[in-house]
Amino acid sequence: MADLTVDVAGLRLENPFILASGVWGETGATLARALRAGAAAVVTKSVGLRPRPGYPNPTIVEVPSGLINSMGLPNPGIEEYGAEMEEALRPGRPVIGSIFGATAGEFAALARRMERWGVSALELNLSCPHAKGLGAQLGQDPGTTKRITAAVKAAVDIPVFVKLTPTVASIAAIGRAAAAGGADALVAINTLKAMAIDLDLCIPVLGHGTGGYSGPGIKPVGVACVYELFKAVRVPLIGAGGVSTGEDAAEYLMAGATALEVGTLVLRKRDRTFRQLSRELARFLASRGHRSARSLTGRAHRGD
Amino acid sequence: MARRLTHRPRIVTITGKRAETPLVSTLRWRDATKARPGQYVMVWVPGVDEVPMSLCDIGGVKGIAVHAKGEATSALARLRAGDRIGIRGPYGHGFRHKPGKCLVVAGGTGIACLAPLVEKLARRWPRPSVVVGARTRSELLFVERMRRTGAEVVVTTDDGTAGRKGLATDAAYELLNRNRYSQVCSCGPEAMMRVVASLAQCQSAPVQLSLERYMKCGIGICDSCAMGGLHICVEGPVMDSRRVAGLPDFGAFRRDACGRKERM
Repeated sequence: MADLTVDVAGLRLENPFILASGVWGETGATLARALRAGAAAVVTKSVGLRPRPGYPNPTIVEVPSGLINSMGLPNPGIEEYGAEMEEALRPGRPVIGSIFGATAGEFAALARRMERWGVSALELNLSCPHAKGLGAQLGQDPGTTKRITAAVKAAVDIPVFVKLTPTVASIAAIGRAAAAGGADALVAINTLKAMAIDLDLCIPVLGHGTGGYSGPGIKPVGVACVYELFKAVRVPLIGAGGVSTGEDAAEYLMAGATALEVGTLVLRKRDRTFRQLSRELARFLASRGHRSARSLTGRAHRGD
Repeated sequence: MARRLTHRPRIVTITGKRAETPLVSTLRWRDATKARPGQYVMVWVPGVDEVPMSLCDIGGVKGIAVHAKGEATSALARLRAGDRIGIRGPYGHGFRHKPGKCLVVAGGTGIACLAPLVEKLARRWPRPSVVVGARTRSELLFVERMRRTGAEVVVTTDDGTAGRKGLATDAAYELLNRNRYSQVCSCGPEAMMRVVASLAQCQSAPVQLSLERYMKCGIGICDSCAMGGLHICVEGPVMDSRRVAGLPDFGAFRRDACGRKERM
């Protein structure tokens, strides 16, 4: 059986599959459920300083090859999230704390709190595509990305991951800025800004209008971003965006990813998601004579 | 023609609206999708909100019973025949019905999701027993509809203005002493359902409860309706009481739009 273990910035994972932020992450008990179902690690819902209800429903709509969501960063606030963390940590596997804020100072304060709750690493949400003054509006600027990353690095001892938006002229430039700020790994990609319009009512379906597109339709975009980042930076990459099969995972690994985040697939596969991906990836590796998932990272660059 | 996407609202026109009680009105629309008793739909009121609503009619004409409480249900209550809404679903687990005599216990608007079940059960022998409970006479819902099914119907009101004075659980207790039931189905306040579940233990009849929580996606990913790691939208809304009774949130806590826990 092929070796599926990977190491991301010192985080040892049983397999390359991590539950992505925003899915199953509002409550600690559901994060624990994902870990028990075979996720090597989980990322919490993005948490901010204060409680936030998010955008009005509808917050989700299906499109032919994925979903568009406009949850709008709902979260109970960092103080209250401590109780969720306690439950999420119960299975004894890595929990990665996702945080969002408007300033470097807010990010640093949130990071310190998350570290105290016991997370193994942080993920900075600099990529939510539909929140004013937050997420991608910060992460589209290299200077801001570097400043926030550096502030968080200075505040905590645990590894810091930066999740990037694909909605930029050059993801490599943003990746380099995050790496220069001290990022221990980059996560690419977050959802793409998108919209669906109801043809009978002639209005956008989502309450907020625009949302973030996820699912199989964005996989080629994610693979290209990971490929570009692999060339641009030395830090490990976590691929995200439309991973639905073991072969999708292999593609991301070949592009340069070390591990993968999985979200939208949970809609269809629920508790089967992670074990099935591990099984499929192992089968793929065996069928092509690859000894480990690790050995695949960056393979597609060999001819360069 | 584009593929019909499951999780995208389909626009329907309201064909009928009826005031059932001073607080509750029903809205109906033509809709050929298959539904089981106890399932719910996500109802989009354009420009306002999208909320989960249990189906009170599951045939070719679907219906919901609207109790104007929040912004969305108030907007729903203002709609009239001819207005358009968006519908996703039917979603979730409904009531499974087993052969044998069934006890149905409804509190308040809980009868809405149970009514189609009673109509289905009453077509066969043995006839089900139905407790319809409300605080007061004017809040009683679907009593005539339940009587028309031929089921044994017991009405209770807290203040004695109609039927027996007392709680729905008092009537359930007596029925459980008088008859043998092979299953119990209930929907209403969780404090009531908790009592129903423990009363039914003496007959070791399986109990199915219909739960309600704040929902955003309705398809099991956003986690806003989670309760002890279970999603009410997908693993519910109807759940076996043995699965629910042990959850610390049951009858005690729900979550708001931010995901904060609040006491019920």
